[in-house]
Amino acid sequence: MEVVMRADAKVRVESGTESSPRGPGCSLRHFACEQNLLSRPDGSASFLQGDTSVLAGVYGPAEVKVSKEIFNKATLEVILRPKIGLPGVAEKSQERLIRNTCEAVVLGALHPRTSITVVLQVVSDAGSLLACCLNAACMALVDAGVPMRALFCGVTCALDSDGNLLLDPTAKQEKARAVLTFALDSVEQKLLMSTTKGLYSDAELQQCLAAAQAASQHIFRFYRESLQRRYSKS
Amino acid sequence: MAEVMSVADGRARAARTLLNQLVLPGEELVLPEQEDVDSPARAGEQPLLLNATARARLRVVCGPGLRRCGDRLLVTKCGRLRHKEPGSGGGVYWVDSQQKRYVPVKGDHVIGIVIAKSGDIFKVDVGGSEPASLSYLAFEGATKRNRPNVQVGDLIYGQFVIANKDMEPEMVCIDSCGRANGMGVIGQDGLLFKVTLGLIRKLLAPDCEIIQELGKLYPLEIVFGMNGRIWVKAKTIQQTLILANVLEACEHMTTEQRKQIFARLAES
Repeated sequence: MEVVMRADAKVRVESGTESSPRGPGCSLRHFACEQNLLSRPDGSASFLQGDTSVLAGVYGPAEVKVSKEIFNKATLEVILRPKIGLPGVAEKSQERLIRNTCEAVVLGALHPRTSITVVLQVVSDAGSLLACCLNAACMALVDAGVPMRALFCGVTCALDSDGNLLLDPTAKQEKARAVLTFALDSVEQKLLMSTTKGLYSDAELQQCLAAAQAASQHIFRFYRESLQRRYSKS
Repeated sequence: MAEVMSVADGRARAARTLLNQLVLPGEELVLPEQEDVDSPARAGEQPLLLNATARARLRVVCGPGLRRCGDRLLVTKCGRLRHKEPGSGGGVYWVDSQQKRYVPVKGDHVIGIVIAKSGDIFKVDVGGSEPASLSYLAFEGATKRNRPNVQVGDLIYGQFVIANKDMEPEMVCIDSCGRANGMGVIGQDGLLFKVTLGLIRKLLAPDCEIIQELGKLYPLEIVFGMNGRIWVKAKTIQQTLILANVLEACEHMTTEQRKQIFARLAES
Protein backbone atom coordinates (compact mmCIF):
# COMPACT_ATOMS: atom_id res chain seq x y z
CA MET A 1 0.00 0.00 0.00
CA GLU A 2 2.79 2.42 0.69
CA VAL A 3 5.24 2.89 -2.08
CA VAL A 4 8.20 4.91 -1.04
CA MET A 5 10.11 6.21 -3.97
CA ARG A 6 13.42 7.87 -3.45
CA ALA A 7 15.13 9.58 -6.27
CA ASP A 8 18.53 11.00 -6.12
CA ALA A 9 17.62 13.92 -8.25
CA LYS A 10 20.85 15.79 -8.03
CA VAL A 11 20.40 17.57 -11.26
CA ARG A 12 22.86 20.09 -12.51
CA VAL A 13 20.98 22.58 -14.58
CA GLU A 14 23.11 24.99 -16.50
CA SER A 15 21.65 28.43 -16.49
CA GLY A 16 23.47 31.15 -18.30
CA THR A 17 22.13 31.52 -21.76
CA GLU A 18 22.55 35.21 -21.22
CA SER A 19 25.73 37.04 -22.07
CA SER A 20 26.53 37.99 -18.50
CA PRO A 21 28.23 35.07 -16.77
CA ARG A 22 26.26 33.38 -14.02
CA GLY A 23 27.55 31.25 -11.17
CA PRO A 24 28.00 27.50 -11.24
CA GLY A 25 25.10 25.21 -12.21
CA CYS A 26 22.03 24.72 -9.98
CA SER A 27 20.84 21.49 -8.43
CA LEU A 28 17.59 20.21 -6.97
CA ARG A 29 17.60 18.53 -3.61
CA HIS A 30 16.88 14.89 -2.93
CA PHE A 31 13.19 13.91 -3.60
CA ALA A 32 11.00 11.28 -2.02
CA CYS A 33 7.30 10.61 -2.45
CA GLU A 34 4.92 8.23 -0.78
CA GLN A 35 1.34 7.63 -1.90
CA ASN A 36 -1.79 6.21 -0.30
CA LEU A 37 -0.43 6.41 3.22
CA LEU A 38 -3.59 7.69 4.94
CA SER A 39 -6.66 5.48 5.19
CA ARG A 40 -9.41 8.08 5.55
CA PRO A 41 -8.93 10.47 2.62
CA ASP A 42 -9.70 9.36 -0.92
CA GLY A 43 -6.14 10.16 -1.93
CA SER A 44 -3.02 11.06 0.00
CA ALA A 45 0.62 11.72 -0.66
CA SER A 46 3.70 12.83 1.21
CA PHE A 47 6.37 14.75 -0.66
CA LEU A 48 9.89 15.34 0.59
CA GLN A 49 12.36 17.82 -0.91
CA GLY A 50 15.59 17.80 1.01
CA ASP A 51 14.38 18.48 4.55
CA THR A 52 11.10 20.08 3.57
CA SER A 53 8.21 17.65 3.94
CA VAL A 54 4.48 18.14 3.26
CA LEU A 55 1.63 15.68 3.73
CA ALA A 56 -1.42 16.09 1.48
CA GLY A 57 -4.87 14.50 1.64
CA VAL A 58 -7.64 14.84 -0.96
CA TYR A 59 -11.34 14.27 -0.38
CA GLY A 60 -13.54 14.26 -3.40
CA PRO A 61 -15.74 14.51 -5.34
CA ALA A 62 -17.84 14.73 -2.18
CA GLU A 63 -20.90 16.52 -0.82
CA VAL A 64 -20.85 20.29 -0.79
CA LYS A 65 -22.84 22.77 1.24
CA VAL A 66 -25.54 24.49 -0.77
CA SER A 67 -24.00 27.88 -0.05
CA LYS A 68 -20.71 26.83 -1.60
CA GLU A 69 -21.89 24.77 -4.56
CA ILE A 70 -21.23 25.89 -8.13
CA PHE A 71 -23.83 24.72 -10.62
CA ASN A 72 -21.50 23.72 -13.44
CA LYS A 73 -18.20 22.68 -11.84
CA ALA A 74 -16.62 21.30 -8.72
CA THR A 75 -15.79 23.56 -5.76
CA LEU A 76 -12.10 23.20 -5.02
CA GLU A 77 -10.95 23.97 -1.47
CA VAL A 78 -7.40 24.00 -0.21
CA ILE A 79 -6.54 23.99 3.49
CA LEU A 80 -2.92 24.55 4.49
CA ARG A 81 -1.93 23.92 8.07
CA PRO A 82 1.44 25.18 9.29
CA LYS A 83 3.62 23.05 11.49
CA ILE A 84 3.02 25.14 14.63
CA GLY A 85 0.41 27.71 15.47
CA LEU A 86 -2.88 28.55 13.87
CA PRO A 87 -3.18 29.23 10.17
CA GLY A 88 -2.81 32.94 9.47
CA VAL A 89 -2.92 35.35 6.58
CA ALA A 90 0.22 33.97 4.91
CA GLU A 91 -1.32 30.51 4.83
CA LYS A 92 -4.52 31.92 3.38
CA SER A 93 -2.64 33.55 0.52
CA GLN A 94 -0.68 30.37 -0.18
CA GLU A 95 -3.94 28.41 -0.14
CA ARG A 96 -5.30 30.72 -2.80
CA LEU A 97 -2.24 30.24 -5.00
CA ILE A 98 -2.46 26.47 -4.72
CA ARG A 99 -6.20 26.56 -5.36
CA ASN A 100 -5.80 28.62 -8.52
CA THR A 101 -3.19 26.19 -9.80
CA CYS A 102 -5.37 23.17 -9.06
CA GLU A 103 -8.42 24.78 -10.65
CA ALA A 104 -6.51 25.30 -13.87
CA VAL A 105 -5.68 21.64 -14.06
CA VAL A 106 -8.57 19.70 -12.50
CA LEU A 107 -11.51 18.94 -14.82
CA GLY A 108 -14.15 20.37 -12.50
CA ALA A 109 -16.83 20.35 -15.18
CA LEU A 110 -17.09 16.58 -14.87
CA HIS A 111 -18.34 16.83 -11.29
CA PRO A 112 -20.67 19.81 -10.90
CA ARG A 113 -22.11 20.56 -7.46
CA THR A 114 -19.47 18.57 -5.67
CA SER A 115 -16.48 19.59 -3.60
CA ILE A 116 -12.87 18.52 -3.91
CA THR A 117 -10.88 19.36 -0.78
CA VAL A 118 -7.10 19.30 -0.58
CA VAL A 119 -5.69 19.38 2.94
CA LEU A 120 -1.97 20.09 3.29
CA GLN A 121 -0.04 19.67 6.51
CA VAL A 122 3.48 21.06 6.78
CA VAL A 123 5.59 18.43 8.49
CA SER A 124 8.90 20.27 8.25
CA ASP A 125 9.91 23.48 6.52
CA ALA A 126 13.46 23.89 5.27
CA GLY A 127 12.91 26.17 2.28
CA SER A 128 10.85 25.99 -0.94
CA LEU A 129 7.71 25.24 1.02
CA LEU A 130 5.18 26.36 -1.60
CA ALA A 131 6.79 24.25 -4.31
CA CYS A 132 6.74 21.22 -2.03
CA CYS A 133 3.05 21.88 -1.25
CA LEU A 134 2.24 22.01 -4.97
CA ASN A 135 4.05 18.74 -5.63
CA ALA A 136 2.34 17.00 -2.73
CA ALA A 137 -1.06 18.32 -3.85
CA CYS A 138 -0.50 17.02 -7.38
CA MET A 139 0.50 13.57 -6.20
CA ALA A 140 -2.46 13.41 -3.84
CA LEU A 141 -4.91 14.44 -6.59
CA VAL A 142 -3.52 11.71 -8.83
CA ASP A 143 -3.82 9.20 -6.00
CA ALA A 144 -7.46 10.15 -5.44
CA GLY A 145 -8.32 9.64 -9.10
CA VAL A 146 -9.57 13.18 -9.63
CA PRO A 147 -9.71 13.79 -13.41
CA MET A 148 -7.02 16.25 -14.51
CA ARG A 149 -5.96 17.63 -17.85
CA ALA A 150 -2.25 17.57 -16.92
CA LEU A 151 0.09 17.12 -13.98
CA PHE A 152 1.71 20.13 -12.37
CA CYS A 153 4.77 20.78 -10.26
CA GLY A 154 6.27 23.62 -8.27
CA VAL A 155 9.81 24.96 -8.55
CA THR A 156 11.41 27.71 -6.44
CA CYS A 157 14.32 29.89 -7.55
CA ALA A 158 16.37 32.27 -5.47
CA LEU A 159 18.46 35.12 -6.85
CA ASP A 160 21.25 36.26 -4.57
CA SER A 161 22.89 39.64 -4.56
CA ASP A 162 25.53 38.59 -7.13
CA GLY A 163 22.84 37.49 -9.55
CA ASN A 164 23.45 33.76 -9.09
CA LEU A 165 20.46 31.54 -9.63
CA LEU A 166 19.76 28.82 -7.06
CA LEU A 167 17.05 26.25 -7.67
CA ASP A 168 15.21 24.70 -4.73
CA PRO A 169 16.80 26.97 -2.10
CA THR A 170 17.09 26.00 1.54
CA ALA A 171 15.75 28.26 4.26
CA LYS A 172 19.10 30.00 4.59
CA GLN A 173 19.43 30.49 0.83
CA GLU A 174 15.93 31.96 0.71
CA LYS A 175 17.17 35.10 2.45
CA ALA A 176 18.33 36.24 -0.96
CA ARG A 177 17.61 39.25 -3.09
CA ALA A 178 14.58 37.62 -4.70
CA VAL A 179 12.68 34.36 -4.38
CA LEU A 180 10.44 33.23 -7.24
CA THR A 181 8.09 30.22 -7.20
CA PHE A 182 6.55 28.85 -10.37
CA ALA A 183 3.92 26.18 -11.00
CA LEU A 184 4.38 24.47 -14.37
CA ASP A 185 2.20 21.99 -16.18
CA SER A 186 3.39 18.69 -17.56
CA VAL A 187 2.17 18.93 -21.14
CA GLU A 188 4.27 21.82 -22.45
CA GLN A 189 5.83 23.17 -19.26
CA LYS A 190 3.54 26.18 -19.47
CA LEU A 191 3.33 28.55 -16.54
CA LEU A 192 0.27 28.00 -14.35
CA MET A 193 1.12 30.23 -11.41
CA SER A 194 3.98 32.43 -10.33
CA THR A 195 4.59 34.24 -7.08
CA THR A 196 7.65 36.34 -6.47
CA LYS A 197 9.17 38.28 -3.64
CA GLY A 198 12.06 40.70 -3.94
CA LEU A 199 13.91 42.68 -6.54
CA TYR A 200 14.79 41.34 -9.99
CA SER A 201 14.96 42.47 -13.59
CA ASP A 202 12.77 41.06 -16.34
CA ALA A 203 15.76 39.34 -17.95
CA GLU A 204 16.38 37.55 -14.66
CA LEU A 205 12.71 36.59 -14.51
CA GLN A 206 12.95 34.94 -17.93
CA GLN A 207 16.09 33.16 -16.89
CA CYS A 208 14.54 31.84 -13.72
CA LEU A 209 11.52 30.67 -15.68
CA ALA A 210 13.72 28.84 -18.18
CA ALA A 211 15.68 27.19 -15.40
CA ALA A 212 12.45 26.22 -13.66
CA GLN A 213 11.09 24.69 -16.87
CA ALA A 214 14.23 22.62 -17.26
CA ALA A 215 14.05 21.49 -13.64
CA SER A 216 10.38 20.59 -13.96
CA GLN A 217 11.30 17.92 -16.51
CA HIS A 218 13.19 16.11 -13.80
CA ILE A 219 10.31 16.43 -11.38
CA PHE A 220 7.88 15.00 -13.93
CA ARG A 221 10.24 12.16 -14.62
CA PHE A 222 10.33 11.49 -10.90
CA TYR A 223 6.50 11.49 -10.80
CA ARG A 224 6.43 8.95 -13.60
CA GLU A 225 8.92 6.65 -11.89
CA SER A 226 7.08 6.93 -8.61
CA LEU A 227 3.72 6.07 -10.19
CA GLN A 228 5.26 3.32 -12.24
CA ARG A 229 6.58 1.75 -9.07
CA ARG A 230 3.13 1.99 -7.50
CA TYR A 231 1.25 0.45 -10.42
CA SER A 232 3.78 -2.28 -10.98
CA LYS A 233 2.94 -3.80 -7.62
CA SER A 234 -0.68 -4.44 -8.55
CA MET B 1 7.63 -3.77 -37.06
CA ALA B 2 8.84 -0.28 -37.56
CA GLU B 3 5.86 1.95 -37.69
CA VAL B 4 6.02 5.51 -38.82
CA MET B 5 4.26 7.30 -36.03
CA SER B 6 3.08 10.76 -36.62
CA VAL B 7 3.83 13.10 -33.77
CA ALA B 8 2.26 16.31 -34.83
CA ASP B 9 3.37 18.26 -31.81
CA GLY B 10 5.86 15.84 -30.36
CA ARG B 11 3.73 14.46 -27.58
CA ALA B 12 0.85 12.38 -28.95
CA ARG B 13 1.57 8.67 -28.96
CA ALA B 14 -0.18 5.75 -30.58
CA ALA B 15 -2.66 4.07 -28.29
CA ARG B 16 -1.58 0.75 -29.64
CA THR B 17 1.97 1.09 -28.30
CA LEU B 18 0.82 1.99 -24.80
CA LEU B 19 -1.52 -0.91 -24.07
CA ASN B 20 -1.18 -2.25 -20.52
CA GLN B 21 1.38 0.43 -19.73
CA LEU B 22 1.17 3.31 -17.31
CA VAL B 23 -0.33 6.50 -18.70
CA LEU B 24 -0.37 9.84 -16.91
CA PRO B 25 -2.89 12.69 -17.05
CA GLY B 26 -2.16 15.03 -19.92
CA GLU B 27 -0.95 12.44 -22.39
CA GLU B 28 -2.64 12.35 -25.75
CA LEU B 29 -3.32 9.12 -27.58
CA VAL B 30 -3.64 8.66 -31.31
CA LEU B 31 -6.04 5.95 -32.41
CA PRO B 32 -4.77 3.29 -34.82
CA GLU B 33 -6.82 4.46 -37.77
CA GLN B 34 -5.63 8.02 -37.31
CA GLU B 35 -2.01 6.96 -37.58
CA ASP B 36 -2.46 5.99 -41.19
CA VAL B 37 -4.19 9.21 -42.00
CA ASP B 38 -1.57 11.45 -40.43
CA SER B 39 1.51 9.58 -41.50
CA PRO B 40 3.67 11.96 -43.54
CA ALA B 41 5.74 9.32 -45.27
CA ARG B 42 2.76 7.90 -47.02
CA ALA B 43 1.27 11.25 -47.92
CA GLY B 44 2.32 11.15 -51.50
CA GLU B 45 1.62 7.51 -52.16
CA GLN B 46 -1.86 6.67 -50.99
CA PRO B 47 -2.75 3.33 -52.50
CA LEU B 48 -5.85 3.46 -54.59
CA LEU B 49 -8.59 1.73 -52.73
CA LEU B 50 -11.20 -0.06 -54.74
CA ASN B 51 -13.29 -0.79 -51.70
CA ALA B 52 -13.98 2.65 -50.31
CA THR B 53 -16.05 1.43 -47.38
CA ALA B 54 -13.12 -0.51 -45.97
CA ARG B 55 -11.70 2.71 -44.62
CA ALA B 56 -14.94 3.71 -42.96
CA ARG B 57 -14.35 5.18 -39.55
CA LEU B 58 -14.70 2.64 -36.75
CA ARG B 59 -16.57 3.57 -33.62
CA VAL B 60 -14.19 3.60 -30.71
CA VAL B 61 -15.67 3.84 -27.23
CA CYS B 62 -13.85 6.09 -24.80
CA GLY B 63 -14.08 4.56 -21.33
CA PRO B 64 -13.28 5.83 -17.82
CA GLY B 65 -10.14 7.88 -17.55
CA LEU B 66 -10.17 9.08 -21.16
CA ARG B 67 -11.74 12.10 -22.82
CA ARG B 68 -12.17 12.86 -26.47
CA CYS B 69 -10.18 15.89 -27.51
CA GLY B 70 -10.33 16.68 -31.18
CA ASP B 71 -9.67 13.40 -32.94
CA ARG B 72 -7.42 12.17 -30.13
CA LEU B 73 -7.94 10.78 -26.66
CA LEU B 74 -6.76 12.75 -23.65
CA VAL B 75 -5.80 10.74 -20.56
CA THR B 76 -7.33 12.23 -17.41
CA LYS B 77 -6.44 9.63 -14.78
CA CYS B 78 -3.27 7.79 -13.94
CA GLY B 79 -3.33 4.05 -14.54
CA ARG B 80 -2.82 1.28 -17.07
CA LEU B 81 -4.31 1.67 -20.52
CA ARG B 82 -6.54 -1.24 -21.49
CA HIS B 83 -8.30 -2.19 -24.69
CA LYS B 84 -11.06 -4.63 -25.45
CA GLU B 85 -11.89 -5.67 -28.97
CA PRO B 86 -15.55 -6.55 -29.40
CA GLY B 87 -17.08 -8.11 -32.50
CA SER B 88 -17.95 -4.92 -34.31
CA GLY B 89 -16.59 -1.44 -34.10
CA GLY B 90 -13.21 -0.25 -33.02
CA GLY B 91 -13.27 -1.45 -29.46
CA VAL B 92 -13.20 0.17 -26.05
CA TYR B 93 -10.23 1.94 -24.51
CA TRP B 94 -10.10 2.71 -20.83
CA VAL B 95 -7.68 3.43 -17.98
CA ASP B 96 -7.49 0.99 -15.08
CA SER B 97 -6.88 3.22 -12.09
CA GLN B 98 -6.86 2.60 -8.35
CA GLN B 99 -9.47 4.67 -6.60
CA LYS B 100 -11.41 4.75 -3.36
CA ARG B 101 -14.15 7.28 -4.11
CA TYR B 102 -17.16 6.06 -6.10
CA VAL B 103 -18.91 8.11 -8.79
CA PRO B 104 -22.41 6.79 -9.70
CA VAL B 105 -22.71 5.18 -13.11
CA LYS B 106 -25.95 4.05 -14.72
CA GLY B 107 -26.49 0.31 -14.52
CA ASP B 108 -24.07 -0.31 -11.65
CA HIS B 109 -25.24 -2.55 -8.84
CA VAL B 110 -24.41 -0.96 -5.49
CA ILE B 111 -24.99 -1.45 -1.78
CA GLY B 112 -26.56 1.58 -0.14
CA ILE B 113 -27.53 2.52 3.40
CA VAL B 114 -30.95 4.12 3.92
CA ILE B 115 -30.45 7.43 5.68
CA ALA B 116 -33.85 9.09 5.43
CA LYS B 117 -37.45 8.42 4.55
CA SER B 118 -39.26 11.42 3.14
CA GLY B 119 -42.77 10.81 1.85
CA ASP B 120 -42.60 8.24 -0.92
CA ILE B 121 -38.86 8.32 -1.40
CA PHE B 122 -35.98 6.80 0.52
CA LYS B 123 -32.65 8.61 0.56
CA VAL B 124 -29.84 6.09 0.20
CA ASP B 125 -26.18 6.81 0.84
CA VAL B 126 -24.12 5.12 -1.88
CA GLY B 127 -20.75 6.69 -1.17
CA GLY B 128 -20.96 9.30 -3.92
CA SER B 129 -21.24 13.05 -3.70
CA GLU B 130 -24.97 13.01 -2.99
CA PRO B 131 -27.48 10.44 -1.68
CA ALA B 132 -29.46 8.51 -4.27
CA SER B 133 -33.24 8.46 -4.21
CA LEU B 134 -35.19 5.20 -4.17
CA SER B 135 -38.93 5.14 -4.65
CA TYR B 136 -40.94 2.77 -2.45
CA LEU B 137 -42.61 1.41 -5.57
CA ALA B 138 -39.31 0.23 -7.01
CA PHE B 139 -39.40 -3.09 -5.16
CA GLU B 140 -40.78 -6.37 -6.41
CA GLY B 141 -44.47 -6.73 -5.63
CA ALA B 142 -44.75 -3.25 -4.11
CA THR B 143 -47.99 -1.33 -4.54
CA LYS B 144 -49.39 1.73 -2.86
CA ARG B 145 -51.15 -0.49 -0.36
CA ASN B 146 -48.40 -3.05 -0.01
CA ARG B 147 -45.39 -1.02 1.01
CA PRO B 148 -41.96 -2.64 1.40
CA ASN B 149 -40.60 -2.98 4.92
CA VAL B 150 -37.60 -0.66 4.75
CA GLN B 151 -36.32 1.20 7.81
CA VAL B 152 -33.65 3.86 8.20
CA GLY B 153 -30.31 2.10 8.55
CA ASP B 154 -31.19 -0.87 6.35
CA LEU B 155 -28.85 -2.09 3.63
CA ILE B 156 -30.19 -2.03 0.09
CA TYR B 157 -28.76 -3.74 -2.96
CA GLY B 158 -30.00 -2.00 -6.08
CA GLN B 159 -28.98 -0.59 -9.44
CA PHE B 160 -28.89 2.92 -10.82
CA VAL B 161 -31.41 3.94 -13.45
CA ILE B 162 -30.36 7.59 -13.55
CA ALA B 163 -26.77 8.51 -12.80
CA ASN B 164 -25.15 11.45 -14.53
CA LYS B 165 -23.22 14.44 -13.38
CA ASP B 166 -26.13 16.87 -13.61
CA MET B 167 -28.93 15.04 -11.81
CA GLU B 168 -29.45 13.42 -8.46
CA PRO B 169 -28.86 9.66 -8.87
CA GLU B 170 -31.90 7.37 -8.73
CA MET B 171 -31.81 3.70 -7.97
CA VAL B 172 -34.30 0.85 -8.10
CA CYS B 173 -34.47 -2.66 -6.71
CA ILE B 174 -36.15 -4.30 -9.69
CA ASP B 175 -34.85 -5.04 -13.14
CA SER B 176 -36.50 -4.04 -16.39
CA CYS B 177 -38.91 -7.02 -16.21
CA GLY B 178 -40.14 -6.11 -12.76
CA ARG B 179 -38.34 -8.96 -10.95
CA ALA B 180 -36.09 -8.48 -7.94
CA ASN B 181 -33.28 -10.63 -9.29
CA GLY B 182 -31.41 -10.63 -5.99
CA MET B 183 -31.90 -6.92 -5.31
CA GLY B 184 -33.76 -5.42 -2.39
CA VAL B 185 -33.17 -5.18 1.32
CA ILE B 186 -30.18 -7.17 2.54
CA GLY B 187 -31.03 -9.43 5.48
CA GLN B 188 -30.11 -9.31 9.12
CA ASP B 189 -26.63 -9.78 10.56
CA GLY B 190 -23.54 -9.97 8.44
CA LEU B 191 -20.87 -7.30 8.14
CA LEU B 192 -20.54 -4.40 5.71
CA PHE B 193 -17.07 -3.08 4.99
CA LYS B 194 -15.37 -0.91 2.44
CA VAL B 195 -12.61 -1.75 -0.02
CA THR B 196 -11.16 0.03 -3.04
CA LEU B 197 -13.00 0.00 -6.35
CA GLY B 198 -10.18 -1.82 -8.09
CA LEU B 199 -10.46 -4.77 -5.72
CA ILE B 200 -14.19 -5.09 -6.38
CA ARG B 201 -13.59 -5.18 -10.12
CA LYS B 202 -10.91 -7.81 -9.62
CA LEU B 203 -13.19 -9.95 -7.46
CA LEU B 204 -16.06 -9.66 -9.93
CA ALA B 205 -13.94 -10.63 -12.92
CA PRO B 206 -15.24 -13.80 -14.62
CA ASP B 207 -12.74 -16.33 -13.31
CA CYS B 208 -11.62 -15.01 -9.97
CA GLU B 209 -9.95 -17.64 -7.83
CA ILE B 210 -10.39 -15.73 -4.59
CA ILE B 211 -14.15 -16.22 -4.47
CA GLN B 212 -13.92 -19.91 -5.30
CA GLU B 213 -11.34 -20.43 -2.58
CA LEU B 214 -13.45 -18.51 -0.09
CA GLY B 215 -16.44 -20.67 -0.89
CA LYS B 216 -14.45 -23.81 -0.18
CA LEU B 217 -13.37 -22.40 3.16
CA TYR B 218 -16.70 -21.63 4.86
CA PRO B 219 -20.28 -21.53 3.64
CA LEU B 220 -21.04 -17.86 3.20
CA GLU B 221 -23.34 -15.25 1.71
CA ILE B 222 -21.63 -12.36 0.02
CA VAL B 223 -22.83 -9.27 -1.82
CA PHE B 224 -20.50 -6.99 -3.81
CA GLY B 225 -21.42 -3.40 -4.51
CA MET B 226 -19.60 -1.58 -7.28
CA ASN B 227 -19.26 1.36 -4.90
CA GLY B 228 -16.58 -0.44 -2.97
CA ARG B 229 -18.85 -2.01 -0.33
CA ILE B 230 -18.93 -5.71 0.47
CA TRP B 231 -21.48 -7.40 2.74
CA VAL B 232 -20.53 -10.82 4.03
CA LYS B 233 -22.27 -13.28 6.33
CA ALA B 234 -21.05 -16.64 7.59
CA LYS B 235 -22.34 -19.06 10.23
CA THR B 236 -20.54 -17.49 13.21
CA ILE B 237 -19.31 -13.98 13.93
CA GLN B 238 -15.72 -15.16 14.08
CA GLN B 239 -15.90 -16.67 10.60
CA THR B 240 -17.49 -13.47 9.29
CA LEU B 241 -14.67 -11.39 10.71
CA ILE B 242 -12.05 -13.70 9.29
CA LEU B 243 -13.61 -13.45 5.83
CA ALA B 244 -13.78 -9.66 6.09
CA ASN B 245 -10.13 -9.41 7.09
CA VAL B 246 -9.04 -11.75 4.32
CA LEU B 247 -10.92 -9.79 1.68
CA GLU B 248 -9.53 -6.48 2.89
CA ALA B 249 -6.01 -7.87 2.86
CA CYS B 250 -6.39 -9.46 -0.59
CA GLU B 251 -5.50 -6.20 -2.18
CA HIS B 252 -1.95 -6.15 -0.94
CA MET B 253 -1.18 -9.83 -0.97
CA THR B 254 0.42 -11.79 -3.75
CA THR B 255 -1.11 -15.06 -4.90
CA GLU B 256 1.28 -17.21 -2.86
CA GLN B 257 0.67 -15.31 0.37
CA ARG B 258 -3.06 -15.68 -0.19
CA LYS B 259 -2.82 -19.42 -0.77
CA GLN B 260 -0.77 -19.75 2.42
CA ILE B 261 -3.37 -17.91 4.43
CA PHE B 262 -6.21 -19.98 3.01
CA ALA B 263 -4.32 -23.18 3.72
CA ARG B 264 -3.73 -22.10 7.30
CA LEU B 265 -7.39 -21.19 7.78
CA ALA B 266 -8.58 -24.43 6.25
CA GLU B 267 -6.52 -26.40 8.76
CA SER B 268 -7.86 -24.64 11.85
